[in-house]
Amino acid sequence: MVNSPIEKIDVHPVNKKENRALFAKRKKIQPKRATGDFRKLKWIIMGITLAIYYVTPWIRWDRGLGAPDQAVLIDFAHNRFYFFFIELWPQEVYYITGILIVSALALFLVTSLFGRAWCGYSCPQTVWTDLFIFVERAIEGDRNARLKLDKAGMSVSKLFKRIIKHSLWIVIGLLTGGAWVFYFADAPTFLVEVFTGEAGTVAYSTIAILTTTTYVFGGLMREQVCTYMCPWPRIQGAMIDEESLSVTYHGARGEPRGPHKKADSWDDRGHCIDCNQCVAVCPMGIDIRDGSQLECITCALCIDACDEVMEKIGLPKGLISYDTYAGREDPSPIKKLEVRFIRPRTIAYGVLLTIVGSIMLVTLLNRSILDVNVIRDRNPLYVKLADGMIRNGYTVKILNKIHETRRYQITVEGIDGSRSWLQSEGAQMSDLIVPVPGDALSSFKLFVTAPPKAIEGGSTDIKIIVKDLVSSLVEEQTTTLKGPN
Amino acid sequence: MSEVEKDEVSGTDTTGHEWDGIKELDTPMPRWWLWSWYISIVWAIGYWIVMPAWPLVSDYTKGVIGYSSRAEFHAEMSEVEAGRAHLIKALGDAELGEVKANAELYQFALSGGRSNYAVNCSQCHGSGAQGSAGFPNLNDDEWLWGGSIDDIYQTVKYGIRSDHDETRTGEMPAFIRDEILEKDQVRDVAEYVLSLSQDGRDTKAAERGKEVFAEECTACHGDDATGSTELGAPNLKDAIWFYGGDKDTIVKTISNGRANVMPSWTDRLDDTVVRQISLYIHSLGGGQ
Repeated sequence: MVNSPIEKIDVHPVNKKENRALFAKRKKIQPKRATGDFRKLKWIIMGITLAIYYVTPWIRWDRGLGAPDQAVLIDFAHNRFYFFFIELWPQEVYYITGILIVSALALFLVTSLFGRAWCGYSCPQTVWTDLFIFVERAIEGDRNARLKLDKAGMSVSKLFKRIIKHSLWIVIGLLTGGAWVFYFADAPTFLVEVFTGEAGTVAYSTIAILTTTTYVFGGLMREQVCTYMCPWPRIQGAMIDEESLSVTYHGARGEPRGPHKKADSWDDRGHCIDCNQCVAVCPMGIDIRDGSQLECITCALCIDACDEVMEKIGLPKGLISYDTYAGREDPSPIKKLEVRFIRPRTIAYGVLLTIVGSIMLVTLLNRSILDVNVIRDRNPLYVKLADGMIRNGYTVKILNKIHETRRYQITVEGIDGSRSWLQSEGAQMSDLIVPVPGDALSSFKLFVTAPPKAIEGGSTDIKIIVKDLVSSLVEEQTTTLKGPN
Repeated sequence: MSEVEKDEVSGTDTTGHEWDGIKELDTPMPRWWLWSWYISIVWAIGYWIVMPAWPLVSDYTKGVIGYSSRAEFHAEMSEVEAGRAHLIKALGDAELGEVKANAELYQFALSGGRSNYAVNCSQCHGSGAQGSAGFPNLNDDEWLWGGSIDDIYQTVKYGIRSDHDETRTGEMPAFIRDEILEKDQVRDVAEYVLSLSQDGRDTKAAERGKEVFAEECTACHGDDATGSTELGAPNLKDAIWFYGGDKDTIVKTISNGRANVMPSWTDRLDDTVVRQISLYIHSLGGGQ
């Protein structure tokens, strides 16, 4: 055997422990407190949105006797949706579709104008996360104190702080879930029922589920909801173009970055002093200086942080600012924000929004308080009577959307020599006047007989007219009267 | 695959899979996905214990709360039954003609009548009760055995020429087969019957037929040929023909007779159901 030298093979153990990380642990983000104009704006918007959420179910709206006086109410038990002056029945569910379309278009328009303004300011995930971070900061201190607390071993004071924090979070969750259920029942009555244990399983499980989701999403998952769960960051790419506003780091002005001493010159270097303040305040845990990113919700807290620094070192603000993609490469320190708000994309969204909104408004304002539906009998198509006359049967459905009983006169027009009668409660009614209770749909059986010679070609059009005897409101339906060919 | 390649831009390992120069990054999943999976497993085990889950040879594991969708269905059905027990009793006790006055009871009767009609009666009378040759149309206002609710109830309950003792019965003789009339006479009678509701028939034949009619037919169909609901003899003057109104069919009817059967429903349907069906048929538009 030849004693040959043994070569070292270039190989790495594929299953070495550090190569086996199939799942990445979340690295906790401890955002630093930011102060400035955008932070103020966010506090105000948080106040407004939370107020809308909590106060809305308590607003009263007089609809007269027999109807709930809650301004916004989704009444599953009686199949009604109330929104101030609007009252929707199940068959008008297309208005809900319309509202969703309008909301989507409004979101598209806002996104193409201002970027992810929804994500940064008014999305419930953002609002509640902000609230949770506020509580966390109040109990455990700002970023540095929290990082220290995270590292420290368990102690009585740490345990105490943690318990207080999580309890407060759960209370916020409870209040959130608790407020939700009031949209589905008369709020003042329901509040009492919730506390006396009479509110029912559905209400309590809804509260429990929403308490849990609020606590988990706002306290524990936070930015992961936006990054992993929400489809919107992925979709918004289709609405954003080089003219859309987004939070932008002006690299041309800032680079090359580096530490700066007070006496040093600003020549031949960028304005970014690499203080990392923008990174520390970011609730999404990103560095805005890396450019536009999927994770960025454009909350603008890095703008506040950077402006504060720029002010301290005596440079113009706006190294990080809202800007368009087109404006980011402009190296001048003081720049005027120029945005082409009017461009084909925004015009298209605006026009669509106007069209859909107008259709909704017009149909809502002209929404009838009387609906009539006529269904002719198809089996049999017609009946020949002993005297040779031809009889057709119709089911007339009258939907009375007023909250009181109304009487309606039914008339049949369009055929000679005909006779009509209603069969109601088994009795023949030839005066064709029927009562319909308030808020109800009633069905009546209408029979029309006509001589065969009046039905040319086996079918003729007739009109069935329903008239409200109080308001004289008239609804007309055209149908056919059939006979032998 | 001796070496794991790192992607330059992201610094993440690649899986080694490549399509047209596009490499797949081996980005680790977020850890909470793993937790969700563990939670699902725990949930599944809890579910096996609580709910019916595993099939056994001739049985299955029942679960500690003993839930069964079939039992739930039966409980709901008996709740429904209990809920309408008072209506069933009221309908059984009521005078049929007076049911209409009670809106709730009438509605109950019609709904039940409609579905019971569809199950038991539509095979012969049609799903729209339109009938066909030999099976009367129940929508019109011609009634062989009477069109009041009580008449209809009697017919449904005991049938026509059925095997029940109280059945309605009547006979249309076979005038040729039983050699009562000659063929010419039958054709004359048919012509006479048609002339009652149609103009332009052969008046001579009709005259001859009238004499035969007076002798052989008036006992049941009446002197004026308007029939009798006592005997189930149809009105021959109106526009409705049970078996068909052309001369050949009428000749056939007279020659061979007719004896259609409507079964008695006494033993097959509950009295309440018969009442429901009677009220439903009466409501179709021709009830008297």
